Amino acid sequence: MAAGRVTQVDDSPIAELRGTTKRFGSVVAARNLNLAIRPGEFLSFLGPSGCGKTTALRMLAGFETPSEGAVFLDGRQMNDVPAHRRPVNMVFQHYALFPHLTVAENISYGLRQRRPKPSKAQIDAAVERALETMRLPGFGPRRIWEMSGGQQQRVALARAIVNEPKVLLLDEPMAALDKKLRHDMQIELQTLQRQLGITFVLVTHDQEEALSMSDRICIMRDGEIAQVGSPRDLYDRPTSRYVADFVGKSNFFDGRIERLDGSTAKLVGPGGTIFVGHANEGLGSDQPATASLRPEQISLTRDAGGLPVTVVNRIFLGEHTEYLVRNPDLGPFLVLASRQAEAGTHNFEPGETGYASWREGAALILSKD
Amino acid sequence: MRLYALAVYLFLYVPIGVIAVFSFNAGRHAAQLQGFSTQWYGKALSNPFVMEALQTSAIVAGASAALATIAGTLAALALQGVGGKPRAIFDALLYIAVMVPGIVIGIATLIALVTLFDWVNPVLAALWPLADQAPQLHLGKGSLIAAHGLFAMALVVIIVRARVAGMDRSLVEASADLGATPWGTFRQVTLPQIFPAILAGFLLSFTFSFDDFIIAFFVAGSETTLPIYVFSSIRRGVTPEINAIGTMVLAVSLVTLVVAQSILQRGRGRGAA
Ligand SMILES: Nc1ncnc2c1ncn2[C@@H]1O[C@H](COP(=O)(O)OP(=O)(O)OP(=O)(O)O)[C@@H](O)[C@H]1O
Ligand SMILES: [Mg+2]
Repeated sequence: MAAGRVTQVDDSPIAELRGTTKRFGSVVAARNLNLAIRPGEFLSFLGPSGCGKTTALRMLAGFETPSEGAVFLDGRQMNDVPAHRRPVNMVFQHYALFPHLTVAENISYGLRQRRPKPSKAQIDAAVERALETMRLPGFGPRRIWEMSGGQQQRVALARAIVNEPKVLLLDEPMAALDKKLRHDMQIELQTLQRQLGITFVLVTHDQEEALSMSDRICIMRDGEIAQVGSPRDLYDRPTSRYVADFVGKSNFFDGRIERLDGSTAKLVGPGGTIFVGHANEGLGSDQPATASLRPEQISLTRDAGGLPVTVVNRIFLGEHTEYLVRNPDLGPFLVLASRQAEAGTHNFEPGETGYASWREGAALILSKD
Repeated sequence: MRLYALAVYLFLYVPIGVIAVFSFNAGRHAAQLQGFSTQWYGKALSNPFVMEALQTSAIVAGASAALATIAGTLAALALQGVGGKPRAIFDALLYIAVMVPGIVIGIATLIALVTLFDWVNPVLAALWPLADQAPQLHLGKGSLIAAHGLFAMALVVIIVRARVAGMDRSLVEASADLGATPWGTFRQVTLPQIFPAILAGFLLSFTFSFDDFIIAFFVAGSETTLPIYVFSSIRRGVTPEINAIGTMVLAVSLVTLVVAQSILQRGRGRGAA
């Protein structure tokens, strides 16, 4: 988790995209990306399929040349520097391990390309260290196809980190692993990043993965950056309905802003329901807008008071219970009740009626997309 | 239907089997079996004409296969980046080269070479200081190697290209990412990956040339390859010696084909790992 980490905010960026656009024929895969990646941070590109995450990463790696704008690494403009001369390494989605080489030969590949070539003793020592770091001692002489998926991924990581890159790029490295293994690997990656102090740039479409691992997340949409921020920022202060929807779950209610008080807005929603909360920049009074309300911010009680609702559906999630409820004016929306909150009372059954309420100021007023 | 298939196979393989069987016949006459013997093999291998033809065949097959393998591999690699219409045209030309009957290729190559020689030889003679010592291009091993090499190149391109296309593109990127120069990547990643296909292409080209009679018949000039030798001797009647030669050619081709096929198969299994 990001909490407690020291990020060097004022350091100059280790990697940077400046007005970077990439076109493939008529397809704009990435449009005017502006992003400064800080040394030592763990940054994730997050977004749905086809939004340009891989393209952004490949421009950093040097596999794609920007159509417009520039890529900087460690302060140097890199547009015309080919991949093999960039101080970054990549972990590929399907690992791209060399099948004709052993595990040790795969790991030492990068070192063996260096000129002057390091001595055999140096290479062996570095490979041994990398195998140890990735908890693969003794696997050096093995063939790639003798390794399990999880082990192959460790080899791929070892092959990259042994070069001590300035930035490690990871393109959905966990996509091919099963759920349990993926979770273990997420923890391991985080530990590794802290231990090595290398900047990690991860591409994922798994919001949980991004939220749990990253210092900052760059959310993308249709080739553009929608918002960059810490997981907490994105969750608590999304600047668009798209981000609020993508990071965690949220309910959206359209309405009109009645009053704007500094950064606090009062929105009148369907049926005259009032939503008060932090308003996004650029919103004005008497303007159509959307109120976003997280399911866990809404409480459901049997005591009269609040908005009358009918329970439509119930999903038991262990520590929480998720209800889909319906109000005649607002329509269906989600409520998340913690076990603690429901202690004493018993669960609502589908068909039962209750009352939904939320703390004043809990909503977030966003521009209508 | 089964009977029909059986008849087809019998028709195809019985004559071959008969030749193999009679090559071990102790008797001199091709009509009756008189016990097992390898004397005809000994006889064939001690015949200087056979040995010379064998040598010619081996040289031509080796050189044309080497030529076809190098040119075919380079073409297959170059074709990676080619798409659209040029690609379609090149593909069509490749398949035509493989499918056109040997006799057409033989005649066409002969005409092309002879025309070329008619044009080049006078020029060479004119440029040479001593006109009567000027080198003359003529039909022979060189034209055999050229004709076989050209034809086999199409085979190599097809085989190697299939392998190149099946290769994981990200391996090349991974290599570059790890700091290998383009040449380093070719040497350390691409070449080992496609090597089975290159080897198989070489072996197939070799067999193709070693077995070929039709094209060789047209462009060999005064040279005698093994198939040409066999052809000219059977006009004097089929001897057990000829059976022995035929069986040896068959064995060489079969073994080479099986080896090539197994290399391709194994290469595929590994690439997938
Ligand atoms: N080499 C290419 N040629 C043509 N179009 C491409 C190429 N690479 C990517 N694109 C297009 O650019 C857009 C962005 O692709 P990209 O691979 O960056 O998406 P992504 O966010 O990584 O998606 P996913 O989560 O599915 O991997 C897509 O519309 C894709 O079709
Ligand atoms: Mg992708």
